[in-house]
Amino acid sequence: MEAVYVMWLRQLKKTWRSKARIIGSLGQPLLFLLALGFGLGAVFEKAGQGNYVNFLVPGIIAMSILFTAMFAGIEIIWDRQFGFLKETLVAPIPRWKIMLGRTLGGATTSSIQGIIVLLIALLIGFRPVSLLGALLSMAFIFLIAFMFTAFGTAIASRMTDMQAFPLVMNFIIMPIFFLSGSLFPLTEAPAGIKAVSMANPLTYGIDGLRGTLSGASHFPILLDFSVIISGAILLGLLGSYLFSKIEV
Amino acid sequence: MATESPAISVENLVKKFGNFTAVDNISFTVPRGKKFVFLGPNGAGKTTTIKILTTLLHPTSGNIKVDLYDPVTEQQLARKSFGIVFQDPSLDDDLTAYENMDFHGAFYDVPKKLRKERIEYLLNLVDLWERKDDFVKTFSGGMKRRLEVARGLIHHPKILFLDEPILGLDPQTRNHLWDYVRELNQKEGMTVFFTTHYMEEADKNSDIIAIIDHGKIIVEGTSQEIKEKAKAETLEEAFLKLTGHSIRKEAGTAQDQLRAMAKLWGRR
Ligand SMILES: Nc1ncnc2c1ncn2[C@@H]1O[C@H](COP(=O)(O)OP(=O)(O)OP(=O)(O)O)[C@@H](O)[C@H]1O
Ligand SMILES: [Mg+2]
Repeated sequence: MEAVYVMWLRQLKKTWRSKARIIGSLGQPLLFLLALGFGLGAVFEKAGQGNYVNFLVPGIIAMSILFTAMFAGIEIIWDRQFGFLKETLVAPIPRWKIMLGRTLGGATTSSIQGIIVLLIALLIGFRPVSLLGALLSMAFIFLIAFMFTAFGTAIASRMTDMQAFPLVMNFIIMPIFFLSGSLFPLTEAPAGIKAVSMANPLTYGIDGLRGTLSGASHFPILLDFSVIISGAILLGLLGSYLFSKIEV
Repeated sequence: MATESPAISVENLVKKFGNFTAVDNISFTVPRGKKFVFLGPNGAGKTTTIKILTTLLHPTSGNIKVDLYDPVTEQQLARKSFGIVFQDPSLDDDLTAYENMDFHGAFYDVPKKLRKERIEYLLNLVDLWERKDDFVKTFSGGMKRRLEVARGLIHHPKILFLDEPILGLDPQTRNHLWDYVRELNQKEGMTVFFTTHYMEEADKNSDIIAIIDHGKIIVEGTSQEIKEKAKAETLEEAFLKLTGHSIRKEAGTAQDQLRAMAKLWGRR
């Protein structure tokens, strides 16, 4: 088990040491919060949809988790390029444990990122409905983080070069983000968008966060929870399978 | 009996990358406790063979055993038996020298106290103890290489693979490292499988020599036997006689370079 811990610790140390990256990756959610929160708030409320900040904050928390978690997973490409991956692949540890350690590490750092965004939202006036809700939201934060770190790992296990980055960014992360009900309610969306969003596990993660933090969810919280935990487990299994097949 | 079986046995090993055959039907065995050196020009297939033996690549065909275990089907058991120093970099630049060593010890289950002792000993051996808390990215090429080799020695494996371990190291460090490896070989019966382009070093530190060229083993035996066969005075002379004086125009290597360029610049 020490191997899992070490891989986890490594991820934390590396993130902590690149503070520029932590700060840099807060820029985007902050911009979205301010620009959309203040820019679209009035329109949203005029349309009778209620308080936009309450609606938006869970979506932005999920967004920052999605981006950091996917990139934490994809970091395997870096390790492949710089060679450290080999060191872990020949170690006498089942590869799923290495993958688990990495994924827990990436999930931990991106959860922290999500929590920082929540704290920033508090500063600009967001208020969770209850303390219990805020505590429950942590479970969603961690599961979203775990799921997408595992997804990033699965993708990166099959890719060998940096060119993969823009591809993953534009064809995977962006659609997952925009088609998840993060910025606008799905109730009013065209059927096509709605259908795609219903198949997107992040939709349920965000809905769960809305339920726990803002007190208004589209689906029952238990459904959100079931979908997101199943997604985390399935992608965890897929990631560790693909990771165990890596050749260098 | 288990102890009688060879440390490494390879039968009809073939590895193809697409149409290119990097390892072409080679067979050899390394008896336990021996020091085996694999010599061959650039691109001969040495690293590829080591990668297959150490579970990093799957062979195209052939039977291989590392300490009784098949690296293809019994990866976990095979990995327990060996240690490896790679030809290419494999350190984590964002960690300190000590962290790199310590994490390796954790991967190989070296007990904490012993781990500490060995790390201190080895970092002193390669003259990096003073720099142990510095990030690896601040090291020179030779210092990284020293750390890389030192890390490979923390867990005292049954079989040690060294892929050009001394490349770029100064003579002092080279001697220290070979002394230590020889000591492990004698005291713990550790089998050593290494590659090098320094013929003297190969001659001095090996019991058995195999020369591989274009993926095929062209000769195998003791230094004496190989010199006699090639009617040469020195191992270097024998090597050149057997593999030819010309620098090979290797399809593979040129392709590799192109591939690396393509990766860097991409088809944008
Ligand atoms: N992943 C790969 N894809 C395609 N060709 C490869 C790959 N890895 C190695 N090769 C080719 O296989 C051949 C053998 O390479 P290998 O690295 O085993 O040589 P080597 O004997 O270790 O050489 P050197 O002394 O330069 O380290 C080379 O021609 C190389 O280009
Ligand atoms: Mg090589």
